[in-house]
Amino acid sequence: MGKEPVRAREIEAKERIKGFDEVVVGYSEEEALKEASRCIQCENPTCIDGCPVGIDIKKFISEITRKDYRSAYFTILEKNNFPSICGRVCPAEYQCSKTCVFTKKNEPFASDRAIKIHFLERFVGDYGIKNRLKPKGAKEDLSRFKVAIVGSGPAGLCCAGELARRGVKVTVMEGLHDTGGVLRYGIPPFRLDRKVLDFEIDSLRKLDVDIITNCVVGKTKTVYELFDQGYDAVFLGLGAGAPSFLGIPGEGLCNVYSANEFLTRVNLMSAYKFPKYHTPVNIGKHMVVIGGGNTAMDAARVALRLQKMNGIEPDTTILYRRTEIEMPARRLEIEHAKEEGIKFKLLVKPVEFEGDKEGFVKNIKCLKCELGGPDSSGRRRPIEIKGSEFILDCDIAVIAIGLKANEVLTKATPEVKTDKWGDVTVDAETMESSMKNVYAGGDIVGGEGTVIEAMGMAKKAAQSIIKRLLEKT
Amino acid sequence: MSNMLIVETKVLASFQGARIVRLEIASSEISKKARPGQFILVMVSKEGERIPLTVVDRNEEMGTITLIVQEVGFTTRLLGRLKAGDSLYSIVGPLGHSTDIKNFGTVVLIGGGVGIAEIYPVAKALKEAGNRVISVIGSRTKDLLILEEELKAVSGGLYVLTDDGSYGRKGFTTDVLKDLLRGKDKPEKIDLIYAVGPIPMMKYVSEIVKGSGVRTLVSLNSLMVDGTGMCGGCRVIVGGQTKFTCVDGPEFDAGLIDWDALMKRSRVYARQEEHICKLRT
Repeated sequence: MGKEPVRAREIEAKERIKGFDEVVVGYSEEEALKEASRCIQCENPTCIDGCPVGIDIKKFISEITRKDYRSAYFTILEKNNFPSICGRVCPAEYQCSKTCVFTKKNEPFASDRAIKIHFLERFVGDYGIKNRLKPKGAKEDLSRFKVAIVGSGPAGLCCAGELARRGVKVTVMEGLHDTGGVLRYGIPPFRLDRKVLDFEIDSLRKLDVDIITNCVVGKTKTVYELFDQGYDAVFLGLGAGAPSFLGIPGEGLCNVYSANEFLTRVNLMSAYKFPKYHTPVNIGKHMVVIGGGNTAMDAARVALRLQKMNGIEPDTTILYRRTEIEMPARRLEIEHAKEEGIKFKLLVKPVEFEGDKEGFVKNIKCLKCELGGPDSSGRRRPIEIKGSEFILDCDIAVIAIGLKANEVLTKATPEVKTDKWGDVTVDAETMESSMKNVYAGGDIVGGEGTVIEAMGMAKKAAQSIIKRLLEKT
Repeated sequence: MSNMLIVETKVLASFQGARIVRLEIASSEISKKARPGQFILVMVSKEGERIPLTVVDRNEEMGTITLIVQEVGFTTRLLGRLKAGDSLYSIVGPLGHSTDIKNFGTVVLIGGGVGIAEIYPVAKALKEAGNRVISVIGSRTKDLLILEEELKAVSGGLYVLTDDGSYGRKGFTTDVLKDLLRGKDKPEKIDLIYAVGPIPMMKYVSEIVKGSGVRTLVSLNSLMVDGTGMCGGCRVIVGGQTKFTCVDGPEFDAGLIDWDALMKRSRVYARQEEHICKLRT
């Protein structure tokens, strides 16, 4: 059955855990051509249905086979502004590759034989970066309009790009001192090379997008003031910024981190370079990460690297209440984590953190679980096994069980209605919120999703904004 | 004036190498927005950490804000060394809830050490709102006492104490609070107590007021990274619930705080702090 799938080259596990260099090296031209040639160009391609933004996958792969990488780049750009980023972080095994015709029916994830669409996308995106390919400019001159974008994460950057290309004067306002949102504070450099991120943000600046850091909208400025300053529309790409905790005893102990804090200290503040960089992070002998998503994988792989880089025998464990199949993380990240030596303790639920007399966590009391029937998420529910209690050594715990809406802006802007989770409610067609000319997209709408889903929403919002602006001309 | 520029610095107090420094910093936006009780986050350099500092005063016309910093750790020492004409790497705010300012009646404000700087904007605003303001300020020794004149100007009564008796009354701010609440003379009718200082002082305040029925607020100075509710590093247990100092505070009801847990959390990076201070200063 056809040619063998082409694996993207990677740095070997024992080498890569010594630092934060990108793990996946990606395809060479030859490898990309070989992988692209496996695509059978289905008459009715199913892969496109799996893409949240509907990239014409069939077309761009066909362009790769013709070595017309330039056209492939622009084909992707019609739907996705940041192929180099998405090619790295998209969970393709749940999306396009899963709906690829080569994936067997009823499999939970893409089969190994499915076309590695994300690696091809990354190849094309990186070709675009290397060759400084620029998206086509504005059709209409909308330069007399100003739009404010709140947040410089995936949604904000995408919306900014869409609008700027139509000539709109865009200002992005970021609360932190550096840009990129979760792409910088959350996703570690070994998964997304900072050079790629910096390039994409720099491209926006070249489109005359103004990016202001250190500006917390809702505090430094209000949404109302933005309109007073003459902005025609505001897009909220706030992200899901507030960490969830387990609500179990001992969570306030020292060295119990939220994944957000742990990753932000390392990724954004460069705590792994302490004391050259001044932000500290604690590193332990027994580091335990709780959760089964991509954030948990990221935190565990960061933890293990910190141990390795500090001469500590790596001992990092992931605790998850269900089994590997139910883990929401990317299969590639689970695989990478295992290769790097992360231990997985599955069907385990922490019930208490216990501390020493100085208030530092020293172990976790856990219960074993078994799987029951499916819950509202469709995944099998973990059920605690009575009397199965055991104690796990732990001097650093990282809680990576999900994020909620950050309510700093919405609490200061009562006209922007939120649902019971604090997420902004929008008109699904236009992405406009209950406040006129205020749009939203990304994780602040409907909770945690993927980078590409955020970009899809941002693009939709940008189109609505443009439509409204054109009505004014 | 360029944003984040240090306009002026002044050493307010100095004792055996421990200094308290006042910085006037250009930030037109924050100078417009900051209200008493709010804070900002600063980074001294690209390599710097983000630390929260109370906005002590603001000058909207000049577009500046006032910070008062005690050199206790690495970053505060870097701040203390800045000169007029230098620039910060990052400043963001104002963050946190502002103090509820209205006419409560009689308010007792207690400031310990550099906490005196933090009660000052609140005292000033409460005075303007028509309150009778009694301020109780204390420091280890005479040379570390700050803002006495400023607080005198906004207070109906001012008590000054030093631990070693080198100035004012010998003793602790909490001694005065005890007297005010159930003193030998006649107890004051107090409508609100507001205390900022070292954790042991604030904890002791919470114990003294127990049973008095007087509403008592403290403003916490937790460790933070983002300051906008994103990391949870500043979490504190209040009334059995986890709260974030940055977005839920920084003020909390003193009686509801789990002080022992807070005290321990404040020491989470003590070892690194010692290390970087030895290495780099």
